[in-house]
This record gives sequence, C-alpha cells and structure tokens, in this order.
Amino acid sequence: MELFALAFSAILVNNFVLSRFLGICPFLGVSKKIETAVGMGIAVAFIMTMASALTYIVNVYILEMLGLGFMYNIMFILIIASFVQVIELLLKKVSPVLYEALGVYLPLMATNCAILGVTVINRDMSFNFIRSVVHGFAGGVGFLLAIVVFAGIRERIEHNDILPHFQGFPIALLAASMMAIAFMGFSGWIL
Amino acid sequence: MTSVSRIFKNGIVENNPLFVQALGLCPALAVTTSASNGLGMGIATTSVLICSNVVISLIARFIPQNVRIPCYIVIIATFVTMLEFVLAAYVPALNQALGIFIPLIAVNCIVMGRAESFASKNGSFLSAADGLAMGLGFTAGLVLLGGIREIFGTMSLFGFVISETFPQTIAMILPPGAFITLAFLMALINYLRRRTA
Repeated sequence: MELFALAFSAILVNNFVLSRFLGICPFLGVSKKIETAVGMGIAVAFIMTMASALTYIVNVYILEMLGLGFMYNIMFILIIASFVQVIELLLKKVSPVLYEALGVYLPLMATNCAILGVTVINRDMSFNFIRSVVHGFAGGVGFLLAIVVFAGIRERIEHNDILPHFQGFPIALLAASMMAIAFMGFSGWIL
Repeated sequence: MTSVSRIFKNGIVENNPLFVQALGLCPALAVTTSASNGLGMGIATTSVLICSNVVISLIARFIPQNVRIPCYIVIIATFVTMLEFVLAAYVPALNQALGIFIPLIAVNCIVMGRAESFASKNGSFLSAADGLAMGLGFTAGLVLLGGIREIFGTMSLFGFVISETFPQTIAMILPPGAFITLAFLMALINYLRRRTA
C-alpha cells in the first residue's frame, strides 16, 4: 500500500515533468509525433528504473561504506552515462528502427535531468532499494504519460492558425501550462 | 568591436541561452518562484560555467576526441560538487530553496554546450569571458522570469511588498505560472526580434 502511494504520487501528484520540472528538454524536443514520444518515454522509463537500482547499490555499498558520500553527483552521472552507452549499443543491434527514431536524443539521455534527478531524489529521501526502484519506475511512467499526452496535443496544434510570434516554443509552453493546471488537480491527494 | 565585447553581446542579447537558444529550461522553470531565487540560481550556474570553461579550454587539446564528453562531464560535476559545499556552508537558505537543482547544474545543457562549442576551441581568457557572458544572459533571464512570477504571485519583488490590497494570483508561483510566463516572454522576444530584423 505504501509503495502504491509512492508510485501514485510519482506518476500523477508530483509528475516529474509538470510539477518537478525535470526532463523539460526531451519533453519539448521529442514531442512532435506520438510514435517517437512513446519510444522516448519508454526508453526514459527503462533507464530511470535501471539507474535507480544501480545508483542505489553503488551509493550504499561503495560510496557510503568508503565515506565518499560527497562524490555522489560525479558517480551518478558516470553510471548513467555508461549505462546509456550500453543501451545504445544494445538497441543498435536489437532494434535498429527504434534506434533510428530516437536519434540524437538517445546519447543526450546521459544528460537528462529527469534521470539524474530521480537518483538524487532517491538519495536525498534515503529510500531503500525497493522504494528507489518503484520511485524510478513510477517517475518514468509519469514522464511517459506526460510526453505522450503532450505529443497528442502538439499534433493537433500543428494544423492550427497561430500568431507568428507564438509559433514553436511559446505555443508549446502554453499547452504545457494548461496540462500543468490539469495535473494540479491531483495535488493534495497524497503528499 | 573587440572580440570580448562581441562575446558579451552574443551571450547576453543575440544568443541569450534561455530565450533564444531555449537551453537550461528545467532550472529556469523550477526555481524562479521569486526573483531572489532566480538570481541565486543564475549566480551559481555562472560560477560553474566560468570555472568549467577555463579548465576545459586549458586541457582540451590533451583530451582524446572520443572520450571528450565524459571528461567534460567529470570536470563540470566536480565544480558542481564544490559549489554545493560552498552554498551549504555560507548560504544554507538558498541551498534549501534551490534543493535538487544545485546537483542538477551538472547536467545543464548550457554548461555542456559552451564547453563543447566554445571552450574546447578557444583560449582560457576568451572562454572565461564567454562563461561570464552566457551566465549573465542566463541570470538576467532567470531574474526576469522570477520577478514577473513573484510580482503576480505574491505582489512583492525581492521580498519587498508592493501592494497589500491587490489580489495575488497564487497560480503564478505554482508550476503552470512558470510555463505561462516563459511562453509570453519568448513570444515577446520573438516579436521584438522580428521588428528589429
């Protein structure tokens, strides 16, 4: 039950994109088409889950034991970057189509703040292993939900007649703000 | 025009990292609930940017091309860790307010972008100037964003109360306000750029 509450809060109440502002770059960058948004969302969710597990192990069993807790930031970034590299090689071999679709955003995943963010939050809240993994997975699902809905909205906006100054980023940000208002409806359910 | 003044014009106006290049959006949207938080975040990012630019410009030619990105990441993350300790020791209140976004400076696109596109190709003096210019451009954007949100959200600016009676729009300091404010600022800047062009 406690884990369910944690997952619910990470998906809807404290959505990573719309209320914590993590992972805004891919959220605005890869949300022009629903298909690529789904691919990106699944990739981010997978890497967030794995990164939560890996960084928990490294943080507790290596850094904390050696009294090197202050090195967490450098260590986490390196873990995520090398993990992304592995995923990239794997995808290239297993699913070249998805690899092509994600394009430049796959290597950029290494510097995605949603992924580093979830690991830092896990550490700050001193979650145990299970909670870290659940939090990472739920955060990723929240990202997937937000980016897919947002891509749907943007596909519609594409064909509309928009003031020239609002074309591109500004109108996308306005749409995101409307989504954020909708997600605010969940606030207060579970902290 | 000397090259230093061109760097400053480029960083603050022509290629403003926030409004023109749309980089570093995560901290820009998250911490700008007040003008002073925006200022603090801007100064923190600027200091990391200057330090990492200088170090990277000095050692760029010794780093093999293939592993340059991991090297830059480690250098940037080191400065971010140092900054974290400085902030925790001297300005704990600001450290509390910025929270998770201090360690996340390490994955800020602006810092990485300048390392890759400027510092690795230029001397250390010009790189320091570029870091300062881009940092000032980012700080100006954050203060503007934070100021507008603070005025509408709490009817005060830098903590000083402007009006006791005028209604406060709480939504402006909540997440939706961040998106709306940035959308209108970007549209305004598009408008100004088109008019002058």
